[in-house]
Amino acid sequence: MSNEAILHGHSEVDTSHDAHHDEHGAHHHKETFITKYVFSQDHKMICKQFIITGMIWAILGGLMSVLFRLQLGYPDSTFPILEDIFGKWAKGGKIQPEFYYALVTMHGTVLVFFVLTGGLSGTFANFLIPLQIGARDMASPFLNMLSYWFFFLASVVILCSLFLQTGPASGGWTVYPPLSALGDANEGSKAGMDYWITGMALFVVSSLLGGLNYISTILNMRTKGMSMTRLPLTIWALFFTAVLGVLSFPVLLSGLILLLFDRHAGTSFYLSDIFIASTNKALPSEGGNAILFQHLFWFLGHPEVYIIILPAMGLVSEVMSVNSRKPVFGYMAMVGSIFAITVLAFLVWAHHMFVTGLNPFLGSVFVLLTLLIAVPSAIKVFNWITTLWKGNIRFTPAMLFAIGFVSLFISGGLTGIFLGNSTLDIHLHDTYFVIAHFHIVMGVSAFFGMFCGVYHWFPKMYGRYLNNTMGYIHFWVTLIGAYLIFWPMHYEGLAGMPRRYLDYSGWASFNQFGDLNKFISTVAMIVFSVQLMFVFNFFYSIFKGRKVTTQNPWGATTLEWTTPIRPGHGNWPGEIPEVHRWAYDYGKDGREFILQTEPVGSSESKH
Amino acid sequence: MSNFFIIAILLLGFLITFQIAKASEYVAVLKGEKKALEQQNRINGFLMMVFLVGGLVGVYWCNDLFKGKILGEAASQHGQAIDKMLYITIAITGVVFVITQILLFWFAYKYQYSEKRKVYYFPHDNRLEFIWTVIPAIALAVLVGFGLMYWYRITGDAPKEAMQIEVTGKQFGWIFRYPGKDETFGKKYYKNIDDGKNNSLGLLWDDPATHDDIVVNQEVYMIVNRPVKLIINSRDVIHDVGLSHFRMKMDAVPGTPTTMWFTPLFTTEEMKKKTNNPDFEYEISCDQMCGRGHYTMKGIVKVVTAEEFILWKAKQKPNYALAFPAPEPTKDSTQKTVAATVSTDATAKSISKK
Repeated sequence: MSNEAILHGHSEVDTSHDAHHDEHGAHHHKETFITKYVFSQDHKMICKQFIITGMIWAILGGLMSVLFRLQLGYPDSTFPILEDIFGKWAKGGKIQPEFYYALVTMHGTVLVFFVLTGGLSGTFANFLIPLQIGARDMASPFLNMLSYWFFFLASVVILCSLFLQTGPASGGWTVYPPLSALGDANEGSKAGMDYWITGMALFVVSSLLGGLNYISTILNMRTKGMSMTRLPLTIWALFFTAVLGVLSFPVLLSGLILLLFDRHAGTSFYLSDIFIASTNKALPSEGGNAILFQHLFWFLGHPEVYIIILPAMGLVSEVMSVNSRKPVFGYMAMVGSIFAITVLAFLVWAHHMFVTGLNPFLGSVFVLLTLLIAVPSAIKVFNWITTLWKGNIRFTPAMLFAIGFVSLFISGGLTGIFLGNSTLDIHLHDTYFVIAHFHIVMGVSAFFGMFCGVYHWFPKMYGRYLNNTMGYIHFWVTLIGAYLIFWPMHYEGLAGMPRRYLDYSGWASFNQFGDLNKFISTVAMIVFSVQLMFVFNFFYSIFKGRKVTTQNPWGATTLEWTTPIRPGHGNWPGEIPEVHRWAYDYGKDGREFILQTEPVGSSESKH
Repeated sequence: MSNFFIIAILLLGFLITFQIAKASEYVAVLKGEKKALEQQNRINGFLMMVFLVGGLVGVYWCNDLFKGKILGEAASQHGQAIDKMLYITIAITGVVFVITQILLFWFAYKYQYSEKRKVYYFPHDNRLEFIWTVIPAIALAVLVGFGLMYWYRITGDAPKEAMQIEVTGKQFGWIFRYPGKDETFGKKYYKNIDDGKNNSLGLLWDDPATHDDIVVNQEVYMIVNRPVKLIINSRDVIHDVGLSHFRMKMDAVPGTPTTMWFTPLFTTEEMKKKTNNPDFEYEISCDQMCGRGHYTMKGIVKVVTAEEFILWKAKQKPNYALAFPAPEPTKDSTQKTVAATVSTDATAKSISKK
């Protein structure tokens, strides 16, 4: 499919309006409010829909964590206001166990899937792929629109589940059966779990529609001269993210469908030898295997963490190079390491299952493959650090978040070496060490990647800047806060303190951390309120921010900065520019930067 | 009232921040964007260094604060191996952590924007790439090597003399079974479970091997310095036997028994002295989300000397005796018929299962 064909699909009408065409460039069908803002097929608008939906989810998900941190930090206090708001879920001003487990479960689900997958990939893949490869829009703008609306539907279903009488799913975001299969064993496994499965199924559809579109766009719609090795690293990262999603999400869906059958059709894929004390009944199911679900789940679940972190890595690589005014170090090594991570992502899932009774030999294979991932990750870190070396760094808020990302990725990545080693995992599995590890390495890091992207591309999205001062405050409080929250949790984990406990006061082994929990909860609330400030900054700046006055405010080389300040549907008013060089000619031959569209001069030095 | 105050203070703080932020934007425009940018750059560059130094000091301080709280010496041989592995890993990753964080923030500080600086066009260097592929690979090979050595030792077969104990998790508690004098566990079938009839594990009474099986709740006794092998089951959902003092952990999966073995090194009494805590107990925590009472699912391990163990065991009645207490003569016949029907029923089911 050619680039022009997409926008000229309506060409029977359009060709007769040549004069009109000149005036507005490619921006030529008549748009109503509905087609422009609601059922838009413009990738830039879809990007905005994704990011705003993602932000709403992030606030809700963050609020959930504030609520359960309140319980963890102040287990002896009561908060009558909670009972006013949540009724029976917070009877007597104390968060009830069912509520706590629902909060924990939905916090994980919302942030992993709806914010850091939908919100992150959805936003930046939509925004950057056409703009950076030089395309008018996605390969199929219609499927792209559907991808958002399936995401929206999934969001609605999950949101509705929060208001069920028996509460939303509450068996942990990993929804391990039999707990998630048996309503008699767990309140949240009644209707809440059906909503969860439905919501996730819709989410998988959204993710597949989006992913297939991203892949075909990147492979087929690059502008003239844009060979694969001239692509910015953002695009490489988003490409492999989409590949991971397309290959692994269907496996999750299959696992969830079997779970649905076990719940309602009387099958026993995951159920065997179960006696429920609350009803005093033995279930008829025999011969199923609960561990099967874990294999299916983690076959998505592990690639999922790379689906979350790869786009962040791509954004960080790009922003770091632009603001160091220096080419990203080792472009091919960066691409190679993303590729290696993508392949290995499929071969390590059972490291989540070392203590499930897995065959020890199988376990050792997964140890080897898991620790192997540290090699491409290390290459990336060293390359980022070398990109800074002898650069000329501008600390824009985006750049600060990029540096913060690397710092967090190092910290969280190194603790992954602990957990990937089955020997240590025996002790650390399902403790706070795990919480600390994955929040730093994929939670906060991915958020940093996302913030880095938002601060950097906001001027392109809305034609205005975000407020810098608020950006700086946002960065420093979040970075320091993230370390204060999650660093001490490693120690709780080393003490063996289990995750997902409502209250530790009954435990002699784990109740020595009371003050620490209080401290962590307090910091978490401060960090959360600073995120609200960012949200305010975002919406305020859409309407009132400082206007962008130059086409290329950061002095970047990539194609999105050759479009008008506020590009219309179709991105470039005239011809799509041709590309002559890679995306990272910064500081070459004494010139600050050279746009990708500039032909290579005869006297230019080679690299 | 205090809630209201907090909200008011937050809003006020936010308003002030917002006003400052807006004002600084105007100032930047007045001063000239370039100048304002340079000033912001210097401040943030300086903060990078502050963060690095403050962070490293903080890490050291945090370590100092908490190192005494992380459970102390491992109480099993496996646990000591795991601790050794932990120290090897901390040493290697610690060095990498300090070096990379210093380089990151120091470079950020050192190469902050200056009008005079000319950047060094340095797109790639195969030698460097090679170095930082090989060095991590070697370091990881070391970690994998040690890790697997310990892993096989821990997950290998239990010694023959190991004492066998069956552990069963349920919502929300633990059931333990000892094989009794015959050293074999009698057969069981989950459909026979009946808490009301004192058969919490569904033992099949027509298997004579069940008759001397001892079933206890919540507290399990082990012998110091004698290997113990746990055969782990679950009655309902997935649980996990977490023994943080022994550094051991294994899931309890319904329908798929798992095993774990280790050798306790100190009796509970010895640990009381070691930890200076007269109330010390080895706790079993459930480490796999299992429902609303997950956080209350506690068990206790009592590690005792061999003599104490024999005394304790002699006092325990087999589950069979509890399920069929010495009957009064008149009720005898009815009791037996009940038992007989239960057992034939159960046999039929266990046969059909096979």
